[in-house]
Amino acid sequence: MRHLLDTSSLSRAEAISLLDIAEEMTLVSEREVKKLPVLRGRTVVNLFFEDSTRTRLSFEAAAKRLSADVLNFSAKGSSVSKGESLQDTVQTISAMGADALVVRHSGSGTPHRLAHTGWIDVPVINAGDGTHEHPTQALLDAFTLRRALGGFPASGAVKDGPRGLGLDGAKVAIVGDILHSRVARSNVHLLARLGAEVHLIAPPTLLPWGVETWPVRLHYDFDQALRGVDFEALMMLRVQHERMHESFFPNEREYARLWGLSAARLDRLPTETFIMHPGPMNRGFEISAAAADSDRTLILDQVENGVSVRMAVLYRLLTGQEDHNE
Amino acid sequence: MSNHLIRGANVLGQGRADIAIKDGRIVDPELLTAGDPPEIIAADGLVALPGLVDMHTHLREPGKEDAETVLTGSRSAAAGGFTCVHAMANTAPVADTAGVVEQVHRLGREAGFTEVVPVGAVTIGLEGRQLAELGAMARSAARVRVFSDDGICVSDPLLMRRALEYVKTFDGVIAQHAQEPRLTEGAQMNEGVVSAELGLPGWPAVAEESIIARDVLLAEHVGSRLHICHVSTAGSVDIIRWAKSRGVRVTAEVTPHHLMLTDELVRSFDPVYKVNPPLRTDADVQALREALADGTIDVVGTDHAPHTAEHKCSEWTAAAMGMVGMETALPIVVEAMNDYDFSFGDLARVMSEAPARITGASGHGSLEVGASANLVLIDPDAPHRIVPSEHATKGRNNPFAGLEVSTRITDTFFYGHRVLAEGRLTTPHPAGASWTEK
Repeated sequence: MRHLLDTSSLSRAEAISLLDIAEEMTLVSEREVKKLPVLRGRTVVNLFFEDSTRTRLSFEAAAKRLSADVLNFSAKGSSVSKGESLQDTVQTISAMGADALVVRHSGSGTPHRLAHTGWIDVPVINAGDGTHEHPTQALLDAFTLRRALGGFPASGAVKDGPRGLGLDGAKVAIVGDILHSRVARSNVHLLARLGAEVHLIAPPTLLPWGVETWPVRLHYDFDQALRGVDFEALMMLRVQHERMHESFFPNEREYARLWGLSAARLDRLPTETFIMHPGPMNRGFEISAAAADSDRTLILDQVENGVSVRMAVLYRLLTGQEDHNE
Repeated sequence: MSNHLIRGANVLGQGRADIAIKDGRIVDPELLTAGDPPEIIAADGLVALPGLVDMHTHLREPGKEDAETVLTGSRSAAAGGFTCVHAMANTAPVADTAGVVEQVHRLGREAGFTEVVPVGAVTIGLEGRQLAELGAMARSAARVRVFSDDGICVSDPLLMRRALEYVKTFDGVIAQHAQEPRLTEGAQMNEGVVSAELGLPGWPAVAEESIIARDVLLAEHVGSRLHICHVSTAGSVDIIRWAKSRGVRVTAEVTPHHLMLTDELVRSFDPVYKVNPPLRTDADVQALREALADGTIDVVGTDHAPHTAEHKCSEWTAAAMGMVGMETALPIVVEAMNDYDFSFGDLARVMSEAPARITGASGHGSLEVGASANLVLIDPDAPHRIVPSEHATKGRNNPFAGLEVSTRITDTFFYGHRVLAEGRLTTPHPAGASWTEK
């Protein structure tokens, strides 16, 4: 494994190996000094052509806990806004001595392009590209689910946490704007590869043309889906504000009523159904406050696990090792 | 100007014969013996076709001379066997006045490697609001007959109707770039299974088909000539077939790349595969080949679209759309039509005779005695790999790099002057010939 560009080309064994390394990484947070020396002297560059404070901070925390130096590049106010090309930007950054690039870009495929053009020769980690993929988000979701469904604490250090396991047989629904969601695409591939039964629940306007070729079951009607299937988890997706005026649905009220996780729908869920959201949430729109704050929500666990999972990815790509034993 | 005797070429694939060229025309070989001894060209194993005519090319001048000039584009045309190319109007300034089309026409004559015929814009500035000076362009020295806002669709149905009607004045034709703009906002690739997975905004087939359906009905209603540029979908083929069966005066074009490549290539995110209309699916490719074989699609047009490296060496979403293709068009069409009963005569039909007829390029499309000596010799048994850096065009955005093809263009005669000899470009035509001199 040279880069992490997507989950669609990640094998089941590779994915489980990353989740297992992430389990080891959670133990670091228990140490007196919450740092491992494994990437000392290495430089990780966060190359963010699109704003995302949360993902950038998570990668930064992950790199720092592995003792790497971190450089942050944000396209806003940089040479990119002065017309510099992608090639010039990455080669400039790379000349400063980057050992890995964490790339976020509004255009689908940009990390893939950086990894394959020969402009640079370092591992590339996709931190979200357009509406294509967001592989570390899917890995942290899988990590969180594997914990929760196995009866373990959903986050934090667990000595004998789940290892070597997938998500076989788990029924997981992804709800909302699938069309524009890189999180959904990465999750569909990874969940399916880990053996979960993936359901998509969305209005037809927010599903991509050709979605019937995906390894999923489709539902237009949220309530009907909830009546027919006892889901182990619901992943609610954020609906971007700009979609609200492009006739994907009539208005916010109707969307919230038909596809939002309202308090009423929350009450009808089986008590063991977990609720997830990649953040940031639109409270009162795709998710009600009751759902967001319920004891079944894993939303903060997802954030916490994000750091461990990104540590695992950096560790794996920068050391080439499949497991971490001190 | 020297005379030529081409010995033993397989003429149109119908048998070996000699072709004599004297004073820029094809003549009876008997006539050559009288005067100066002609230059003899041994053409054993080569096939002679009338010089190719491209209805659809972008020469970029004026305005984008860093991507291509009329001269470099003309040399590329000659290397690809084209003796006549139609230069699309989306230059800067746009070719929407007699002044600009005459400039392009003059640059073509000065270049002297191929006949450059300007295409006029349908609307001022390609903006789709007001008709450009179609009559003035038609009556200019450039004698424009083909009008197109190529790159942009004439989407306003009333404006399209008016344009179709107006060009009847001088037997002109409107070449439509069929793309419903609202259905393709932000589109990056074919809308299909691949775009769903890659998360790139899709360009649905229906955006092309709905415009073609509308326009064939308009052309029928007003009795005008309509040409559909770069047809890319199976559904478009069905509509055009239906329209032709009703007697609508519609002609259609397909590019070499749409006959050969599919949207699966976009998985590489390499912008060399980014083009408009986008690469479609295998089913579309098969339908386009079938349509070219049965005549539903009349011509191959290259849509040669050179771009500078900085417009392609970028991320997919920022890259420009377009591929170069004049120098690889004929070999690619041969490969694409391999599985069909597609003769050299058919090749001449779709790449020379039909485009010459549609555009009114009277000096092209024929090997008859008396015709202007615009012809090409090809070697059908010369396997080689495509190397874009060796091409005469400035554009390096050729999607066929590395592909092995069997056919090579060896010689191009442009109004009797051998602009390509044994695969090498020579000198421009001394007179900068043009049929407008007649």
